Amino acid sequence: MQQLSSRIPSLKPAAGPALGLGVLPYVLCVGFAFLMHFAVGPIVGDFAMSVLLQAGIAIVLAVSLNIINGFTGQFSIGHAGFMAVGGYVAGSISYYTSMILWNSPAPHGGFLGSGQWLMALGCVVGGAAAAGCGYLVGLPSLRLRGDYLAIVTLGFGEIIRVLLQRTQPLLFTREEIVNATASQLFPPPFGGAQGFERIPNSANLFWVFLATAITVVFAVRLKHSSSGRAFLSIREDEIAARAMGVNITKYKVRAFVLAAFFAGIAGGLYAHVVPILRPIDAGFQKSFEVIIMVVLGGMGSVSGVILAAIILTILPELLRDFAQYRLIIYALLLIVMMIVRPQGLFGVREIWDYFPFAKKRSRAA
Amino acid sequence: MADFLQTLITAITVGSLYALIALGYTMVYGILKFINFAHSDIFVLGAWSSYTAATFLMSRFGMDPGHVPPIWFGGLVLLIAMIVCGTVGFTIERLAYKPLRRAPRLNVLITAIGVSLLLQNVGQLQFKIADDLRLPFGTRPQRMPSLLPDTALNDSTIARGTLTAGEAKDAVRFDTPITVTEDRGYRLDVTPPPAAGLENLTYRLMAAPGSYAPDQDVTIDANIDAAEINGSSYRLVLEPVVPILLVDVAIVVSAIALMIGLELLVYRTRMGAAMRACSHSTDLASLMGVPVDRVISFTFILGSMLAAAAGFLNSLKYPGLNLPAHEIWVLLGLKAFVAAVVGGIGNVRGAVLGGFLIAFIEFFGMRYIDTNLRDVYVFVVLIIVLLVKPSGLLGSTVREKV
Repeated sequence: MQQLSSRIPSLKPAAGPALGLGVLPYVLCVGFAFLMHFAVGPIVGDFAMSVLLQAGIAIVLAVSLNIINGFTGQFSIGHAGFMAVGGYVAGSISYYTSMILWNSPAPHGGFLGSGQWLMALGCVVGGAAAAGCGYLVGLPSLRLRGDYLAIVTLGFGEIIRVLLQRTQPLLFTREEIVNATASQLFPPPFGGAQGFERIPNSANLFWVFLATAITVVFAVRLKHSSSGRAFLSIREDEIAARAMGVNITKYKVRAFVLAAFFAGIAGGLYAHVVPILRPIDAGFQKSFEVIIMVVLGGMGSVSGVILAAIILTILPELLRDFAQYRLIIYALLLIVMMIVRPQGLFGVREIWDYFPFAKKRSRAA
Repeated sequence: MADFLQTLITAITVGSLYALIALGYTMVYGILKFINFAHSDIFVLGAWSSYTAATFLMSRFGMDPGHVPPIWFGGLVLLIAMIVCGTVGFTIERLAYKPLRRAPRLNVLITAIGVSLLLQNVGQLQFKIADDLRLPFGTRPQRMPSLLPDTALNDSTIARGTLTAGEAKDAVRFDTPITVTEDRGYRLDVTPPPAAGLENLTYRLMAAPGSYAPDQDVTIDANIDAAEINGSSYRLVLEPVVPILLVDVAIVVSAIALMIGLELLVYRTRMGAAMRACSHSTDLASLMGVPVDRVISFTFILGSMLAAAAGFLNSLKYPGLNLPAHEIWVLLGLKAFVAAVVGGIGNVRGAVLGGFLIAFIEFFGMRYIDTNLRDVYVFVVLIIVLLVKPSGLLGSTVREKV
């Protein structure tokens, strides 16, 4: 019998096509973002535009939470905490750098101008900071499961919220910023309980939907990668997964880090959309909204979660008059859903799995 | 020293409230093995229904909300709150949790979050039932009428007698010589003669430190002419440096009474034995003829009633009631949950221990490290305990079998 190691090279596809197939979806993401910006952007009004931006950010949040709650079967209720970390880091980079370079908090440059690239940089750094927090939160998750982990993540979000409330007031002028002393920079000047105002509103359809498309492509590909299969196996049965040689620790932490990274990016974009970023955005109420999207869409189903995120962003805007009943309806939906269809609308399956001509995927997915 | 004692008293009071709430979490977890997220909302319901019951009954009984009602009134309000919460707890269990008895724990957890959201937001609606009754609780913070006199148990009367008005408008003269010491508070309880048509009044001494003979003016914070209280009988009270308030004592005593009652119930009665059997294994218990559904309902009712008592007692100490969905409530409930986990969830004595421990860490941390980080200490303790001894201080480890 032939050794496996000697058979592997012949099974690998050639480098060129593999690289192409790996990169192509992300190139298409950029195309999609341009399409959103130039084809959809001009025809929608201001209101529809803001709803679209919110929907895009909600999709990033929900799809990333889906990596923890859906794929890996852990239960995190601190997603807003990761989002707030990303948002505050990205917002501060954007605001303070703009002030130092251009002495104005207004978005600098036009479409794809320097202000927007600065925002993109801020989002990536914010995502990295959030991923660091995800690593820290993921570590205790090795020892905890189910409801304990839920409480720890909830506690994480609340700690972030309290710490953000303890930050110092913003520095408003260029002189103040340049001549800031160490005591003015620690705790960082993020606006404290009043919130972080004056973050440049640089986010637009292009950047939000670029992030959305990349997150979605990444999540779909992750689900069918070896990591994704490890996630799903942990979700199905931790002990069995370990018996099959899955390094539970590694994959749980990986799920947290990946999800936190995208949540941080969503937070960064959110910071550049809303007029004011507040510590309450790190609170559990925001986290619950994301959880509801994931639970309703189907824990594990990327497309289901996207659909739920879109519906749950647009619906409240249409039902403004019933605002006080909104959360009551959500709550009832959650309860009834758990009794009637606990796997969510789509379960682990994707919307296209229901198409009549869909090819049957392996049962693991 | 005074600071230390003050912190100690607050920590004991709040700790007994945490313990009461933690008992509800721990009993449900012991039997059903899931966190009843809605438990903190039952606690809020207890506080708010106490408020509604108190104001409604006061208006129906024709009581003046500014006056402290007799002690039985507080008992009545507590009873109503317990009945309301017990009913709601029972209903939640039957409608939301019972269909999920065999479902994965995650689903039950999500349901619990749903129930919690539901209670919070239904609590913020408001419909007018009668002129003096609106249900549920609306979107405005309210103030609980005081049901206990705010006296300290350890204050000392230093003089009694009859008062004469002083020369100044806001000064009185006592019939005995008195000494006013620096940094101490003095309270003057005045009972005017019936002819004056005034009610009992309370003032504070504003006089500078020193000795005052019976013919010298002593300044008080009078908002009426001191001449009007001429000839009243008075009681001059030296306020303690560290007051032991009646409210605090009432809270600690009733909380401990409830805990002892629960301890007796769990370890000395048939129902308690059934509860312990169910917490060991519901399947085995039902094979042994324990009516599992009834035991679970009973547990929910019991836990909800304890939470109602905690809500009522909490509203006596902190009468400002925030909106039902306010994050402050959720944090309070979370801390109680943390107390249950730290003590060893599923363990009744552990919940009490954890409640006091969490309150001590919170209040001493606030006093001696940083006031604003009070919530951070609690969660840091939680994470440490979970990492070092995940089963909690008094919990027993259960090996998972495949």
